[in-house]
Amino acid sequence: MTTLEIKNLQVSVETDDAAKEILRGVDLTIRSGETHAIMGPNGSGKSTLAYAIAGHPKYTVTGGEVLLDGENVLEMGVDERAQAGLFLAMQYPVEVPGVTVSNFLRTAKTAIDGEAPKLRTWVKDVKGAMEALKMDASFAERNVNEGFSGGEKKRHEILQLELLQPKIAILDETDSGLDVDALKIVSEGVNRVKENTGLGVMLITHYTRILRYIQPDFVHVFVNGRVAESGGSDLAERLEEEGYDRFLTAAV
Amino acid sequence: MSLLIDEKTHVDPAAQLGGDHRIPDQSRAARTRSFEVADFALPTGREEEWRFTPVDRLGNVLSDAPTDDREGDVAAGYDVQAPEGVTVGTLAPGQAPRGTVLVPEDRGAVVASANTEQALHLAITKEAELTQPVRVLVDGRGAGRRSNAHYVVEAGAFSKALVILDHTGAADHTGNLEVIVGDGAELTVVSLQRWDDEAVHLAQHEAQVGRDATYKHIVVSLGGGIVRMNSNVRYAGPGGDATLLGVYFADAGQHLEHRSFVDHNAPRCTSLVTYKGALQGDTARTVWVGDVLIRKEAEGIETYELNRNLVLTDGARADSVPNLEIETGDIAGAGHASSTGRFDDEQLFYLMSRGIDEADARRLVVRGFFADIIAKIGVPEVVDRLMAAIDAELELTALSEQHEEPASA
Ligand SMILES: Nc1ncnc2c1ncn2[C@@H]1O[C@H](COP(=O)(O)OP(=O)(O)OP(=O)(O)O)[C@@H](O)[C@H]1O
Ligand SMILES: [Mg+2]
Repeated sequence: MTTLEIKNLQVSVETDDAAKEILRGVDLTIRSGETHAIMGPNGSGKSTLAYAIAGHPKYTVTGGEVLLDGENVLEMGVDERAQAGLFLAMQYPVEVPGVTVSNFLRTAKTAIDGEAPKLRTWVKDVKGAMEALKMDASFAERNVNEGFSGGEKKRHEILQLELLQPKIAILDETDSGLDVDALKIVSEGVNRVKENTGLGVMLITHYTRILRYIQPDFVHVFVNGRVAESGGSDLAERLEEEGYDRFLTAAV
Repeated sequence: MSLLIDEKTHVDPAAQLGGDHRIPDQSRAARTRSFEVADFALPTGREEEWRFTPVDRLGNVLSDAPTDDREGDVAAGYDVQAPEGVTVGTLAPGQAPRGTVLVPEDRGAVVASANTEQALHLAITKEAELTQPVRVLVDGRGAGRRSNAHYVVEAGAFSKALVILDHTGAADHTGNLEVIVGDGAELTVVSLQRWDDEAVHLAQHEAQVGRDATYKHIVVSLGGGIVRMNSNVRYAGPGGDATLLGVYFADAGQHLEHRSFVDHNAPRCTSLVTYKGALQGDTARTVWVGDVLIRKEAEGIETYELNRNLVLTDGARADSVPNLEIETGDIAGAGHASSTGRFDDEQLFYLMSRGIDEADARRLVVRGFFADIIAKIGVPEVVDRLMAAIDAELELTALSEQHEEPASA
């Protein structure tokens, strides 16, 4: 049982002239097995929340706490956060020229587990996970994200989720850019991991369509750098019908 | 390649665009070529071909002086390892084939030529397929000591060979390499610069590629205070294929300069020039100038040149200048690309967010940067050595950053 606690988190980003405040006190607790959908307008700070938790150097935490089973995540390096069990599926996964997917996955797995995976089972695991995500075997020898289509990049993120087996995953718009088939395949991947490992999920999205495949236990409306309202899955339906107007006027 | 164009590392805005917007004052073919030392004045640094070189730090290397051998103490030790199928001899100035291909094109090459009484002559028997590399090991025995060298490698028709020139130690070394690739021969020449920090090394490597012959020239520059190499190719007939590869890694205080000139003077030949370098540390400096001339008679040729630089830390600077002169419209293809980018922190973040620690992540990114050229090198012992050297260089980055952190915190 793992708990990720985000308490009154305040984050600013370095801009050319000054630091710009983006997160203004985020409170959120995610436990193993739970799925929290985060929905909110463009620019409300959803990716900032995801990056700040993962430790991206561009974002400065100016207040609040992030605890993973009581451990202070904010004191950990980016790699240590991943080793502690956090995973971020990025909205825009990064290309790494000259580094093959297979080398990358093996290096990451070794780093997370603290030892190299057993060769035979590892090769089988990678192959199996790739098949389940309908990724052609040739992706293993391609360079990380280089020349991948938008949808292929997202599948590759979920492939890592399956293989690295984190405790808590943040999925930042993993659904955007996916066609219906790919959305189903990716959602099934996430559900498989949830079932097998009891993964806790923070699922950032603009659309309810992914929530038909990945059932959220909680839905949070994210506006202007904080959680404006929380509810059950019915809240998502309401948001899709009504939009965010109600919250935006309230925020002014 | 998701490298960012980095404006700060460029002096030449044309090079920054990666385009050939700079009009050279004169055709590359018009450059002075001569065996007479008097035809080359000492450079001031204002000359087109010396404008990137720190001429004030060249010391003794451009003086018209003999090799500084002393009683029982040579300026540079030479060890030649020639397997069966190779005849080792010497050639006096003017004794063919010496001087038939290499005519000095700058001050460094002319003093090397004038001050080498007996050039090493390595003749690979025609049709011989060597199973072992030919090795020439040059070991400088003292910083500032003049050492002149001229080697002539003659690959007989349809022979297959690998020649490795390996430089270690320190000296003020001028080294000429004259290469004659016979018709249908396959020759690979590797020049390793593994000098100590105080070494100065100027070189002209001049090759003539025979009909349907394949020539591969591989430069690996890791050590040396100043290394400046001119690697040139011409063709003796149609169907020749030349590949010029270079990998360099410059640390603080190093100036590594690589120039190449492919003279497409025959029809239906191909050339591929690929140089890749990484730089780290204050004042680390690299220069790449790639000249290609496609003459009127060079119909149906194909050429491509590429240079990429990866700047790992602040204060390092890379210059990259491709020059393409085309005198015929009847070619199969000609292109070039050049870029200089900073180490991409987003790549580092991505890898680290998967649990990979910073040192390993950096190693992956830098190895990844070199991966395609390393695959092209195809000589296992060179690749292994290069990989080990890159890892060792990165250990240095890690160490210097550990030193910096407490100070800046
Ligand atoms: N480097 C930066 N410089 C300036 N502003 C930034 C920077 N990074 C983020 N921001 C700003 O912070 C705000 C929040 O951005 P963020 O990417 O977190 O939004 P988001 O909710 O994920 O939006 P979307 O739904 O479009 O993905 C935006 O106004 C954005 O412009
Ligand atoms: Mg976003």
